[in-house]
This record gives sequence, C-alpha cells and structure tokens, in this order.
Amino acid sequence: MKVRLLDLAHARSGDKGDTANVGVIALRPEFYPILVRELTVERVAQHFDGMITGPVQRYELPNLKALNFLLHGALDGGGTLSLKTDAQGKVYSTALLRMVLDLPAAEVAAVHGGTARDA
Amino acid sequence: MKDVVRVAAGQGFWGDWLAAPRRQVEGGPVDYLMLDYLAEVTMSILQKQKERDPKMGYARDFIGAVDSVLDAVVHRGVRVIANAGGVNPHGCADALLALADQRGVRGKLQLGVVTGDDLLPRLDALIAAGHPLANMDTGAPLTDVRDRVLSANAYIGSEPIIEALGKGANIVITGRSTDTALTMAPLRYEFGWDAQDWNRLAAGIIAGHIIECGAQCSGGNCLHEWQSIPDLWNVGYPIVEARADGSFEVVKHPGTGGRISVPSVTEQLVYEMGDPHSYITPDVTADFTSIQLAASGPDRVRVSGIVGRPPTDKLKVSIAYRAGFKAVGTLVYAWPDAMAKARAADEVLRRRFEMLGMHFDAIVTEFVGATSTHGHLAGDGHEANEVQLRIGVRSPDKAMVEKFTRELAPLVLNGPPTVTGFAGGRPKVEEIVAYWPALIDKTVVTPVVEIRS
Repeated sequence: MKVRLLDLAHARSGDKGDTANVGVIALRPEFYPILVRELTVERVAQHFDGMITGPVQRYELPNLKALNFLLHGALDGGGTLSLKTDAQGKVYSTALLRMVLDLPAAEVAAVHGGTARDA
Repeated sequence: MKDVVRVAAGQGFWGDWLAAPRRQVEGGPVDYLMLDYLAEVTMSILQKQKERDPKMGYARDFIGAVDSVLDAVVHRGVRVIANAGGVNPHGCADALLALADQRGVRGKLQLGVVTGDDLLPRLDALIAAGHPLANMDTGAPLTDVRDRVLSANAYIGSEPIIEALGKGANIVITGRSTDTALTMAPLRYEFGWDAQDWNRLAAGIIAGHIIECGAQCSGGNCLHEWQSIPDLWNVGYPIVEARADGSFEVVKHPGTGGRISVPSVTEQLVYEMGDPHSYITPDVTADFTSIQLAASGPDRVRVSGIVGRPPTDKLKVSIAYRAGFKAVGTLVYAWPDAMAKARAADEVLRRRFEMLGMHFDAIVTEFVGATSTHGHLAGDGHEANEVQLRIGVRSPDKAMVEKFTRELAPLVLNGPPTVTGFAGGRPKVEEIVAYWPALIDKTVVTPVVEIRS
C-alpha cells in the first residue's frame, strides 16, 4: 500500500557549498527502521533525478531516529554563485517528504494509527 | 564554581531579530549572551565595506544590540560573546567605546578583542611557504583565483575567547571564530574543562550548534506540528543551562512563544550536518551519533551522553573571491494557462539571446508558484493560477549581464499575454563573491587577545 513519507517523518535541510543536506526524522521511534529500509541511497537518488548533478550519501543516526542525506550538486554552485530561488537548500526537506513509499498493510496501519488507508 | 551556567542565544545571523538580545537578558536569569553574526559569505561582504571605509568591516547591528543590553552588562554582570568583529574587530571595539562614552559607561566595559584569524595580508607568504589552500570541494589550488581573492579567514576556536574572559572582558569580540566556540568557550571557562576533556568539549560544541541559529531550535522554521506551535510572534530564543559534567538543557524564558521539544531540537541538530560521526572543530571532533535527547519539562530538553575525540591538526579557512556577475529578473503571468505563458516567455527570451549573440555561463529558469523549489516532484504546474517566471544568468562579462537586464521588460508588450509584475524596473547586476573553503595547518595561525577599555 502507498503512503507518503510526510506521514512518517519530518525533516530540515540546509547547505554546505553546492551540497544540500536533508535530515529526515521519524515521527515515531517505530518508523525509524522503515526509513532505514526504504530510504536507500539509490531510492533517494532516483527521487531527485534531474534535480541534482552529483551523488547521494547517507548517514544513520539511530540515537535521533534520523537519517542524514547529502545531495551533492544540488544548488547550482551554491551560496552566492547560485541562480536558484532555493540557493541554500532550505526546502529540499519537504521535496524529499513528497516521496511515496510502498509498504505492507500492517505498517501503513501503524502510520495511520490503526486503520490502513491507501495514499 | 557555579552549578549551572546559562548561555542565551540572541542572534542567529546578521539580519536576525533586533529585539531578541534585549528579550534574552530581561526575560530571566542568564550569564552569557551569545550573538552569532557570521555566515559563509558574510566575511566577504564585510571586506568590501572595509575597502570603501577602513572604519567598517564589522557587523554594525552589534552596536545596537550592545546598546539594548547595556544595563544588564554594566549592572548585572551579563557577559556578551559575539563574532561581530568580522574583518575589523578593533573597528568594532572603537565603535563600542564610542557608544560607552555616549552612554556614560566608559570604564565599565572591558572589551576582549580577538584577532589573528585574518590571513589576507599573509596569503602570498603562506602560499610561498607551501600551503596550497586547495579548495576542499574541487581540490583546485588557491593560485587559480589568487588575484581575485577578497578575504581569507581561519576559523578559530575557544582558546582566545577563554583567555579574554580570564582577563576580565565583559564583552568579547571575535572575527571568524567558529559559531559553536562562542557557546563552548564560556562553559569551558566557567567549569574549568581541560583542553583534552573531549566529551565535555564536544558537549559544549553541540550546545553551541543547537542555539547558534537562534530560534531555529525553539519553534522557528520548525516543520514538526508547526501549526500548533504557539505565539511565534512572541518567540523565545533558546538558552543553554549547562552543568559541569557536560550535560545541559535547552530552555527558553517563561511567558515566551515558540516551542522547545525533542523534535524541534532534533531538526536543528541535523541542520547543515555533514558526516554526523565527525563534526570537526578547532577544539574537538564531536560525534552527533552519541547525543541523547529527552523532554525534561515543558519547553525543556535534556541533552546528554555526548562523546568527543581529539580534533585534527588543521583549521578551516573561509576564502572569498570575485567570481563574475549575475542578475535575476521576474515577470508574473496570470490565468488562464499561466504556466504555458511563462514557459512561452522563457522560450522567447532564450531565442532572443541566441539571435542577439548573448552567451552566458549559466541560464536558470524557474516557475515560482509551480515548480521553482521542488522541480518535477511538484508536477507540471498546469493548474497554477498565476506563475512568476524567474530567470537568472551568470557571466564573467559584466556588459553581457547588463544586456540581459534590458531584455525582460520588452516582453510586457512583445511577448505572451496577461503579464504583470514588472514595476520594480530592470533587474540589478550583482558581482558574485564566491566561497572557497580550504584547510591550513593549525601551527601557522596564532590568535591574539587584547583588552580595551
């Protein structure tokens, strides 16, 4: 069943040069393993296909129930060079939360507090 | 030794809320007021200002901030630590002393002025001595852009701030010290943490990271349940309540708006994060995967368990250089078919650039209101009621960028219909001052502390 990442996580993003970082944080501790399993480097790179020019790196923070993604080449050169509205990667956070995950019904039920609902 | 030391954040960047510093010293007990003014590109802006006027080159907001908290500093012993000095910490001190004269408190202010971070006068000697100052992202040596360098500053750590506090400074002004050192230094000074007490130093750094962006950890820009965050109009900026063992709580003054919760603090912890295992600073390398957070009361989060390791033998250097010119212009297209009209206008412009022999290093077109921030993830924008066409160009040739700025307005009469939003006139040509991150051996940078009163 389909569920939006927005229903499992919150996020904040920022910049370092031409790299945007997106920290994705599980809304409940039990969602963290789902994030670890679903948000692979490949899946995130595919999500941002055409929007970033470099590779994706992922780091795990089990203590914060969070994953940190580095999106290289995301900011048209970054900082003052960039011609983009979001030159500092401030809203890559919710761009990632647009992702739709395909999860087993039991997990979707947990996300929606008991009742399985297709996204 | 105090049981608890309170460090309050009053500015998260140059341009932050001017009311915040005063609210922090008047809203409840605080020992230190920490003001962070410097972002990556700020030093170059300050360097340009100093070129025009040798008395400038520091964050001028700071003078007003000190004025607004003068009573707390002079009569209640609140000490202020700020990296407001930019590329001219002594110029900043001169302005503060003039303020002290004006307010009749000369002699009550002891200014600790930290310098030594400015490498610009030494740049050629450093390169000649075998320091390539290679770009950390691209590996290119600094000689590639040497003739265009505007500023070069090493990020320095907590030691000189501690020295200034030890010499009795009640206001410490630094240039390019790390944002986090501004918070860690007073904790290390008060609790007497050893220079190799890695876990406690790392705790101080992480405390600094949490509050260095001001209200961004206390409800500002917080995505988590944002609609229920109370009274952002009255937002409370964060305060670290630290103990000698390195544990601390993040709080805000009673009666203020915003929210401090595990989610709000977590959002700030991941902000601008690289490799969480190695948050490298001049004093210590902090491990963000060791941080434990727990709600310990209303708007109160306890932070503990932090692990640190020795730092590297390098300092990061922030270099700014001239990198050509850019301009960005906009036009607004209205219903019906707003997106199609904006796309057609973009096509018209690009064909005209070609026809008129206008070439650029980069042309970026965005459709604000449809896809400008989330790209194709946001769909194709065909349902948008109105769309702002936003087009920017970049070139080393200033005349070419100027030519671009004259091409937008004609579209109002000779392009696709129902267009408006051009009242601002032609876009402005801006010189690009770009950021060049590099590393240098710690041994060649010697911070200097002077007390002025």
